[in-house]
Amino acid sequence: MAVIDPADVEVKGLSFGYGRGGHRITDVSISVRSTEVCCLLGPNGAGKTTLLRCLLGLLKPESGIVRISGRDIDTLTPRELARRVAYVPQSTSSPFPFTALDIAVMGRTPHLGVLEAPGAADRRGALAQLDRLGIAHLADRSFAALSGGERQLVLLARALVQQAAILILDEPTAALDYGNEVRTLHVVAELAREGHAVIMTTHQPSHALTYSNRAVLMRGGVVIADGHPDDVVTGERLSDLYGVPVHVTGVTLPPGHDRREVRTCVPIPAPRSAPLLGR
Amino acid sequence: MTRPAVPAGTEPADSGRVDADRADTDPTATVLTDAGPPDAGPPDASPTDASPTDVGPAGADPVVTTEQDGVGASAGEGGSPVGRGRGGPGVRAAATARVRATLGDHLRVVLLAVGLLVLVVISFGLGRYSLSPATVVRVLAHELFGLGGPVAGQDRAVVMDIRMPRILAALLVGAALASSGAAYQTMFRNPLVSPEILGVAAGAGFGASVSILIGLDTTLLQIISFGSGLLAAVLSLTIARVVGKGSLIILVLGGIIIGAMFNALISSVQYFANPETTLPEITFWLFGSLARASMHGLIVPAIIVAVCLTLLYAVRWQLTVLATGDDEARSLGVNRTRIWALTIGASTLMTATAVSVAGIIGWVGLVVPHLARFTVGPSFNRLLPVTALIGAGYLLAVDDVARTASSLDLPLGILTALIGAPFFVALLAKAGRQWL
Repeated sequence: MAVIDPADVEVKGLSFGYGRGGHRITDVSISVRSTEVCCLLGPNGAGKTTLLRCLLGLLKPESGIVRISGRDIDTLTPRELARRVAYVPQSTSSPFPFTALDIAVMGRTPHLGVLEAPGAADRRGALAQLDRLGIAHLADRSFAALSGGERQLVLLARALVQQAAILILDEPTAALDYGNEVRTLHVVAELAREGHAVIMTTHQPSHALTYSNRAVLMRGGVVIADGHPDDVVTGERLSDLYGVPVHVTGVTLPPGHDRREVRTCVPIPAPRSAPLLGR
Repeated sequence: MTRPAVPAGTEPADSGRVDADRADTDPTATVLTDAGPPDAGPPDASPTDASPTDVGPAGADPVVTTEQDGVGASAGEGGSPVGRGRGGPGVRAAATARVRATLGDHLRVVLLAVGLLVLVVISFGLGRYSLSPATVVRVLAHELFGLGGPVAGQDRAVVMDIRMPRILAALLVGAALASSGAAYQTMFRNPLVSPEILGVAAGAGFGASVSILIGLDTTLLQIISFGSGLLAAVLSLTIARVVGKGSLIILVLGGIIIGAMFNALISSVQYFANPETTLPEITFWLFGSLARASMHGLIVPAIIVAVCLTLLYAVRWQLTVLATGDDEARSLGVNRTRIWALTIGASTLMTATAVSVAGIIGWVGLVVPHLARFTVGPSFNRLLPVTALIGAGYLLAVDDVARTASSLDLPLGILTALIGAPFFVALLAKAGRQWL
């Protein structure tokens, strides 16, 4: 799918104070462009989600600039913003039995008139996106009854229906089993190759090493490193960031893949001489 | 594509299992694992390897087996890695089915409307002085559209003067209560919410009780009852705004508090009322009845309900999106504050109107939206017309029972509860797992 707009996000000197549901972020500057998958890494409370919420227009920053494809976020109406930036939450919960197709078709909302409801064409479009992610057969199933991985794909399909060039994902794999985690990240990486700009938070440094071409490390609301994962996500930095010993290493894949080497991180087991428990 | 019988998992909710089944029978279906982007596939994570541990006992759940056919149709041929080969034959078939489903929605509304019309004609004929449907149609055709010849004076009087206001009131009140219940349920994302949620019914009941106590006429009673119903809603909203800073939970609690307060006030009015005259009148009013309905008394309520239904229709889709969550709706461009304000405003006005016309009639606004949701799903755009039609028909049917079951006019509020409660249990037994 061709992405219509030039996708880029530019954040300059962004600060946000103590509001509802967020940790403080101070003087954050990052920029993410089309085809980039930018992973936000950092311990809980580092301000990753706060930053995402500022990019989605859900929080109003105290100071600083957020530019979405060249336009100041304040000059965009919520509907205009929704046509440029799509949000993929961890999950969505409603007590009502919406079908997967119902959820996907909601991506059409910013493209419909305020008084309009989606029609047959919108439903067909949403179904096509479900099909693109290989889940068209789930269209009539109740969203709540789907597995975590299927739900995540439905929410991704909704973001595609939204036709936004920028995708914001908040810990998209936090609730998934390993297979669905890998599957979801493949889709995300593929969408970036098509021209989307992707910003996602994750607790897995190996996601950044394997799937992203950009990593931003945050701690205490401040960006402490920003660059290509190979340069930024090092054992030293991770050990420092999370306060546990971590080793980053390269793994050579067997022949038959266009990428021969993938870097990954492993925790260093605690030495027997210094037990953590029972001190 | 032929597909062999698959040993299906016991639970459709387990994706690992469903995916594994897919892999067993149709390797192309697992696009994201082995036919995905070239740099992506972990070579040893072939889903076929994973299946023996995941596949449950054979032939466990027929639902899953049905889904398998769906997989064959869409994911098998149309399913593809991201960005390639969309719109296979499976998808086209599914899309056609979906379009048909949309047509089906329209058809369903039309059928419901026709059914309601039939019920209306039958209702005109019911009562101590019974009339055949043919007579009713003749009277209505002549009186409303000037068709056919005049009908015997007594038949005309029974249809037009005695039963018409009551039937119209039943339709109006039923549609108003059911629609506002559906709107509140969707907005509060809570299937247990009813139109009384903001204390409107108790407030309106208090206004009516006071009016009866001091001996006001019906019109004034309606106005005061309507006004005090709105006052209750405003108080609940004020609590939510001041104490809860706009939280929906605090709004619900505020409504419960205000409702309890007005119920206490109603009791105190009853305590001071004259047990020979005003007390029974207040009690009967609170039980709910359509016997007081008059044509001129329905004009303003009808206008209010029509305007409110139009408003709810205008926000039908934005309200649907809001039902999935605040952040998501806002990130889809929905103006939450505006939709909340319109929904609360319209639903409250309709509830207050309904109570001022008919007294306190519970259960319609709670049960009917569930029945409608069971038929057309939770999207408010499809739910609203169906809810309004079913609500109108339900209250009309209950009122038919109220006025024909015995020589007495049975209290409507009591009947809706007596009929509604077991009906709700049956509905829960049938569809409850879907909702809860």
